[in-house]
Amino acid sequence: MNIFQFLFKSSLGRKYIMAVTGAALVVFVIGHMVGNLSFLLGREEINAYGHFLHTKPELLWATRIGLLVMIVLHIWSAIALSAANKAARPVGYAVQKSNGSSYASRTMLMSGLIVFCFIVYHLLHFTVQAPAVNLTGKDFGTLIDSEGRRDIYSMIVLGFSRPAIAIFYMVGVGLLSLHLSHGVSSLFQSLGLRSKGYAPLINCAATVLAVVLIIGYWSIPLSVLTGLKK
Amino acid sequence: MNLTLKVWRQKNRSAAGEFATYQARDIIPDMSFLEMLDVVNEEILAQGHEPFAFDSDCREGICGACSLVINGIPHGGNKGVTACQLHMRHFHDGQTITIEPWRASAFPVDRDLITDRTAFDRIIASGGFISAHTGGAPDGNALPVSKPDADKAMDAAACIGCGACVAACKNASAMLFVAAKVSHLGLLPQGQAERYDRVVKMVETMDNEGFGNCTVTGACEAVCPKEISLEFIGRLNRDYLVGSLKK
Ligand code: FES
Repeated sequence: MNIFQFLFKSSLGRKYIMAVTGAALVVFVIGHMVGNLSFLLGREEINAYGHFLHTKPELLWATRIGLLVMIVLHIWSAIALSAANKAARPVGYAVQKSNGSSYASRTMLMSGLIVFCFIVYHLLHFTVQAPAVNLTGKDFGTLIDSEGRRDIYSMIVLGFSRPAIAIFYMVGVGLLSLHLSHGVSSLFQSLGLRSKGYAPLINCAATVLAVVLIIGYWSIPLSVLTGLKK
Repeated sequence: MNLTLKVWRQKNRSAAGEFATYQARDIIPDMSFLEMLDVVNEEILAQGHEPFAFDSDCREGICGACSLVINGIPHGGNKGVTACQLHMRHFHDGQTITIEPWRASAFPVDRDLITDRTAFDRIIASGGFISAHTGGAPDGNALPVSKPDADKAMDAAACIGCGACVAACKNASAMLFVAAKVSHLGLLPQGQAERYDRVVKMVETMDNEGFGNCTVTGACEAVCPKEISLEFIGRLNRDYLVGSLKK
């Protein structure tokens, strides 16, 4: 048997796929937040950042394709594992108890699926810039700053000027953080990298990361909603 | 104490089951949970009805036969204790207690509260042993084993194979059981020769038996009467990764 058979066919192999792809996606989520925080610095900074990314199409597309592969594998493993899990308990208990399991750990599939829907919307909103979904009646693709670059700053301000959309983003990020508060500590376990001594540290780091992501990502729509950035 | 019991009754594997309600009267708080069930069953028998069936053997928490989900918690929720070692003083007078069998497709209900747990035996038979002949009893320290390893192997070997981990897991995963069995042999020198072969075979059998997958909720560890740590599943994952690369 070769390694691919172990990876794709066995229960533990599928968990490795889920863990590795999850880890890659977490790294992206952190990098994406750090890059986006340049919005708080001002128009010049975020527009320059956006311009930099678009002048490196190889980098941009390699990242995009890589992320797509990661997401597809992550969702595939989630569905395959969940289907097996459902089949393993066809009859449930009359009295349901959580038995010490956390809310985040019991709702991974749901939080993951909602986050996926959010990502699809987010891509249509800011990447594809489909005018139909931004509820402002404007085309974000036509926003250009004084130096002729894409005006990402105005796009974000305009994008979050609709409270419903800003709140939807905050809910999406909240669920992502919930997902990661369990997912990050769990991926160490799936890869066999969590021992008793390190478990508290890993769990704590996962919680801290979830909180940092919420603060970082929420700061952007909140700064628009409160009128700090306009 | 007087209690109301809601007990799962099911004639055989293919029959549809349902809950039946019984009264447990004049229960002494120092009785074990199983002794209380015996009292109720004797009354059912005296009335000319069929008593409900449940598994038990040692009744001292070492064999793993007893297997009851009591009010939604395998073994009843008294930490580190099997149902046979659970005492009625942990309940209060007038309480309603719901008793269900382990629920997993790999553990079909044979009758009432008894499930068929031979899936665990098949997992053990596929690799949970050491096939080297050891001869007569060796000298105590002929084979050096470090104290931390010996302790950890002992912690894993405490598993009595009751299946509470499977019963508690929302995915009916047997990974804590398999992890314990893989670890107690894999931590000792005698278990090294077959270490990676063992883990691959046992996981394969586990998958084929229809158990679910670990999502690290920790419910198994919380209900385990022998308090086997989730850490062993980390070891299982590590050994399986190495094992699959070696194949
Ligand atoms: S009857 Fe043996 S452990 Fe409960």
